[in-house]
This record gives sequence, structure tokens and C-alpha cells, in this order.
Amino acid sequence: MYTQALNSPEEGSHAEDAVRASRFQARIDAEERIEPNAWMPAAYRKTLVRQISQHAHSEIVGMLPEGNWITRAPSLRRKAALLAKVQDECGHGLYLYAAAETLGASREELVDAMLAGKAKYSSIFNYPTLTWADIGVIGWLVDGAAIMNQIPLCRCSYGPYARAMIRVCKEESFHQRQGYEIMLTLCRGTAEQKAMAQEALNRWWWPVLMMFGPPDQASQHSDASTKWKIKRFSNDELRQKFIDATVPQAQYLGLTMPDPEMKQDEQGHWRHGPIDWNEFKQVLAGNGPCNRDRLAARRKAHADGAWVRDAAAAYAEKRARRQMAQAAE
Amino acid sequence: MATPNTPLWEVFIRSRNGLAHKHCGSLHAPDATMALQAARDLYTRRGEGLSIWVVPSSAITASDPADKGMMFEPAESKIYRHPTFYEVPEEVGHM
Repeated sequence: MYTQALNSPEEGSHAEDAVRASRFQARIDAEERIEPNAWMPAAYRKTLVRQISQHAHSEIVGMLPEGNWITRAPSLRRKAALLAKVQDECGHGLYLYAAAETLGASREELVDAMLAGKAKYSSIFNYPTLTWADIGVIGWLVDGAAIMNQIPLCRCSYGPYARAMIRVCKEESFHQRQGYEIMLTLCRGTAEQKAMAQEALNRWWWPVLMMFGPPDQASQHSDASTKWKIKRFSNDELRQKFIDATVPQAQYLGLTMPDPEMKQDEQGHWRHGPIDWNEFKQVLAGNGPCNRDRLAARRKAHADGAWVRDAAAAYAEKRARRQMAQAAE
Repeated sequence: MATPNTPLWEVFIRSRNGLAHKHCGSLHAPDATMALQAARDLYTRRGEGLSIWVVPSSAITASDPADKGMMFEPAESKIYRHPTFYEVPEEVGHM
């Protein structure tokens, strides 16, 4: 059940907490799922609220770069698919907010933190979508990388998060395939179309690799998350898996990875050249190409919708009052 | 300005004729009508259902996980409530 009311933080002595904490870890080690009304360490709850709400914000902000192309999609088929995809992203954001709320955070607090610029979302959505080929690359690579990250989350120790991810992963598979289809069509088209596809790949490749987060030596959240089975693979492991899956797909398209140092090692893994982590830090710090635009667009949408929320709340209240009055008669 | 709170609803969907409504998630909506519309948009984008129930989350009473033993353990020892507890000779055939 997804309620907030059951999640009042419990207070207890430290000795009692240590017993509960070891019992909790034993449940995790036994691959049991933790449900909202079970006892959990405060740090576990905090880590999950942070991660799930960031994930939800990413889905919501992620509608913007693609929404930008809905009115300019090259055919009705592409437009219908893109519209459905953007609707899915919205749905994914809402499943995830609901999962975060089971931990005692309120939807309104989470949304307000994002609008205030206090909460993070995925760095990738701070890059612009300059051509139609970007929509292909986003589906193929951005959603591809997201799926790579999300499949292990379907087995995350926290039940509501794992269940939300199962739903999300089922729906994401269409996103990646429609993106690859766009790329394939462009690559089989005119020389200009193929060049457009290559140019989009050049711009997105490195930011996509950054989606997996900092290299393992530098990641600040991994240790506890691994112990709690929130995270099941390291950033570098997932990044490598993604690259190994993607390189043959690019070869099939006849595109070149924009990494002169990329080569296949003896085990068959495709090894990438150095990633510019300074760019990643800058984008997270708010200095990416579109950070300000994205936040401004979210704030405008939220402000423009205020009268709808107000009207709906006023109407619900009026009806409730009327029902009370009728019941009293 | 902080966003005002909107009530939470639990959503149950009947996926096929003959099956029970099953809990699939939750959402926020100001009233039942809007909760139904939002549930349709959020949880049935791919033909997942034929019927939806929405229930105010505040109307649900849940068992306490601390009472799990008291509530459910007594049933565990009562294996005689299952058909496999009873022996029927093979010659008798399927029963």
C-alpha cells in the first residue's frame, strides 16, 4: 500500500536500533523486500528518498528535450510515437514520485524542491535537441543507458521502487526501439540525413556515458547502496555493459563512435577513452547548456497550472460541503 | 509559495473479465472523478484494464508488520487444511 500515514519515524534507544539494524541487514542479505511500513535505518530511507525523487525529477524534466520536437516530427507516425513516449516519461515520473512518497516524503515537498533548484535530476537533460536526429539518439542511447541502469533496480531491496521499475522497464523498451528505428531510417537515407545522424551521435555520446555517474573510485554513494542492495552493479560495470551493447549497434548503422581511443580488448570489451568529468561536474552544478531553460520551463508549467489545481480543489471542497449538508438534512 | 496538498488515492485495476481488481499504484487527485480520469491516463495506457477502482488512501486500514506473527503464524502449523495432508491410495485415482 502506498500511504504516507504509516511512515512516522520511530524513536528508540541506540541499543535497540543496533538490534533492529542487524535484523534489517539480515533481511536484505536474504533478498527479502523491504516494504513501506517496515522498520528501516534513517540513512536507508534518506538515500532512497534522494535517489527515487531524483529519478522522478529526471523523468519529468526529460519530457522537455523531446517535447521540443513533437510539433516538428517528420511524419504522423513519428509524431504519434513521440507523443506516446513523452506521455510515458510523465507516467514514469508519477510512478516514481508515488514510490518516494511511501517513504514519508510528500509529493508537494519533492516537486517544490525541484522547482527551487534544490534537487538534482539527470545531467543528460541539460543538453539541447538541435535536430530531428537527436530524437533518434535520445531513444537509442539515452533510453538505452537508462534501461541498463534500471534493469538491476527491478531487484532493488525496496519493494515499491522495484515494482515501479518493473513497470518502467516494460514501457521503456519501445522507447529504445523507436529511437533506433529513427537512426536506421536516417542512416539509410540521403548523405545529409546520415551526416545528421552522425553529428547527433557525436554530440550525445559522451554525455550519455556520463549518465552512469562518476567512475567507481570517485562515487560517494556506492558503498552503502551496495550493502543495502539498492545498487547491484557499479557505475563503471554498467557503463562497460552499455558500451559493449552499443558499439555493434552503431556499426550496423554505419556510424563512427566519436572516440578515437576506443578499441576492443582481448576479452572482447570495447574500452573507451578518457571522459571529461569536469564537464559532468559543471552540468551538475547548474552550468550545462540548458539547465536554466529546463528549470524555467518547469516553473512556468507549474505556475501556469496553478489555476487548474486551485479550481479543482475548490470544486472538490464545494461538493464535499454540499454532501455534508445533504447528509445532515 | 508551497504547493497545497492534494489527496492520495489507491488504484485497483481489473485486467480481464473474470479477474479481480488488483492494486497497481497510487496517485494524487482533488476528487474521485478526477482520480478515475488520472488513473485511466496513468495506469491503462496499453490496454491494461477493463475497470478501475479508486479508493482514498486514508480509508485503508492496514495490518501492522509487527503483528505478522500473531496474525499469520497460527495458519502455518495447520497443514491439515491442505488436501496433500491426506493420503489416498493410488488405486483410487485422482481425487
